[in-house]
Amino acid sequence: MGLTLAEKVWRDHVVRSADGEPDLLYIDLHLVHEVTSPQAFDGLRDSGRKVRRPDLTLATEDHNVPTLNIDQPIADPISAAQVNALRKNCEEFGVPIYSLGNAEQGIVHVVGPQLGLTQPGMTVVCGDSHTSTHGAFGALAFGIGTSEVEHVLATQTLPLKPFKTMAITVNGTLPAGVTAKDIILAIITKIGTGGGQGYVLEYRGEAIRALSMEGRMTICNMSIEAGARAGMIAPDQTTFDYIEGRDRAPKGADWDAAVSYWKTLHTDDDARFDAEVVIDASTLSPFVTWGTNPGQGAPLTANVPGPDDFEDASEKLAAEKALAYMDLQAGTPIKNIKIDTVFLGSCTNGRIEDLRAAAAVLKGHKVAEGTRMLVVPGSVRVRLEAMAEGLDKVFVEAGAEWREAGCSMCLAMNPDKLTPGERSASTSNRNFEGRQGPGGRTHLVSPAVAAATAVRGTLSSPADLN
Amino acid sequence: MDKFTVHTGTAVPLRASNVDTDQIIPAEYLKRITRHGFEDGLFSAWRKNPDFVLNQPQFDGASVLIAGPDFGTGSSREHAVWALMDYGFKVVISSRFADIFRGNSGKQGLLTALVDQDVVDQLWKEIENHPDTKVTVDLESRTITAGGLTATFDVDEYVRWRLMEGLDDVGLTLKHVDTITEFEGKRPAYKPATA
Repeated sequence: MGLTLAEKVWRDHVVRSADGEPDLLYIDLHLVHEVTSPQAFDGLRDSGRKVRRPDLTLATEDHNVPTLNIDQPIADPISAAQVNALRKNCEEFGVPIYSLGNAEQGIVHVVGPQLGLTQPGMTVVCGDSHTSTHGAFGALAFGIGTSEVEHVLATQTLPLKPFKTMAITVNGTLPAGVTAKDIILAIITKIGTGGGQGYVLEYRGEAIRALSMEGRMTICNMSIEAGARAGMIAPDQTTFDYIEGRDRAPKGADWDAAVSYWKTLHTDDDARFDAEVVIDASTLSPFVTWGTNPGQGAPLTANVPGPDDFEDASEKLAAEKALAYMDLQAGTPIKNIKIDTVFLGSCTNGRIEDLRAAAAVLKGHKVAEGTRMLVVPGSVRVRLEAMAEGLDKVFVEAGAEWREAGCSMCLAMNPDKLTPGERSASTSNRNFEGRQGPGGRTHLVSPAVAAATAVRGTLSSPADLN
Repeated sequence: MDKFTVHTGTAVPLRASNVDTDQIIPAEYLKRITRHGFEDGLFSAWRKNPDFVLNQPQFDGASVLIAGPDFGTGSSREHAVWALMDYGFKVVISSRFADIFRGNSGKQGLLTALVDQDVVDQLWKEIENHPDTKVTVDLESRTITAGGLTATFDVDEYVRWRLMEGLDDVGLTLKHVDTITEFEGKRPAYKPATA
């Protein structure tokens, strides 16, 4: 029997395999940020261990950093202490770091791919659940906890039990105005936040093949929101074209050797998945969340559902609690929901294509009275690229705020937060209670929907602007 | 890590599904660079509500948390495990755990006991009616006993062995350092480096 893509990458990284024990897997790239690493470096110090492969490790500052006045010291002393701890740890252990102000700084999952560090067939880990993003390149990439961060720092390996595999096939062509974000929000609503637990998801089918690398990253990024540690897409010409010529991409004979290996990285025709889900792209439409987990989503044109719309007792209770927290009535048209703040950015949708999509919608319009819009590029490179294209001017002329790179309002660890009761349309990945600030209410949307919502002040699609 | 064989303590019924790690410990508490002292962050938003189950005096001192399905979803923050343990929990019982949370728990010695939802329902009822019921979780026999109830739970066999022996993963892996070095010698030249 043939192998799936995930099984091939796994097979090529097994350092050691023994009955009754997890496989020991080699890690090709370990990305590090300030939040989940300080206790891991402490662990190394306590046990007198070194970082085994600083040359396969890369740190950046993203979660805590402000997106305004970055030439000033970080104002919050606790954030500053955490960022300083990372700088000191990287210096002590010889780990390369892109600090605030560096031209390569940005969100860890934007930085890896744009440098060409993320390549097909690699194993990539980071103390961050959205490491699944890198699976867009056909890498096996997943988030790890701090104990595992310490383990990878010390050994460049991880003991892991094989995942099960799930194929998610998206057939057909997306209707105009429907994007990668809508696909993944629809998938999570379909299979639930626990649907992917224990699996690596492989996204396949015509609609996936047609996506750019940015779109593929958006989809793989949110695999964790369906409970899967990793999501993957087989590499193809789109992938190779994206990587070729980037700083850390293979060059010359290495490039040829790499591509010929990468071309073997697809699921064999006779391979078998442990589970399969099929979706018809032509039935999809702009999708938003109405509740407090990413599985509580609906088409933008629908009404807010109520507890009676669910059969499962725990889903009923979850819907009831979500509506209370979100201050929504069942039956309200989703398009009538008024939005205070629009956030465009994050490791889900903070790449150049996302900024282009939003700018294309915003051009010639103004952000509605009573609504604010934050535009936060995922990295310094994305920011400079957008400015070279004049996108910053489109945002500023529309009345949006053009910020510096970072995780920003995705997770309330830096000055960009919602206030209690404030309602956002956000291109990020989690609508959990308080995720964007204590008491804040989040609706997850695509960049195009975010921009249209900013113009109308209520949840809207670009088609509503005509 | 301390060895885990049997634990007996009182329990807290947490009737909620999809308890994500942002609820277990909000991001604000993640700025600390120490490994202990996270008990104040545990469920900090929910604890502002006086009716929240952890604020009810009959559940004071409990060390077993009984939660709804999909416990620990979301972020990879191990702080969620540290906060539960710092608060005094030794065991979490649920019918579904998020993968990363479960892995993190196993590294730290917090037992995540997987049972059918009807066992959770029975435990909730038992504890709500008799908050002083002692719950015994036996890792060796993989059983939970509480009042008249006895149920078996699932736990990964390797994690079970490590917990019972109190072993540290890094030390176990470093026994195979020569195998790692040998593997590194065969890695293709086109693989990228960060520096």
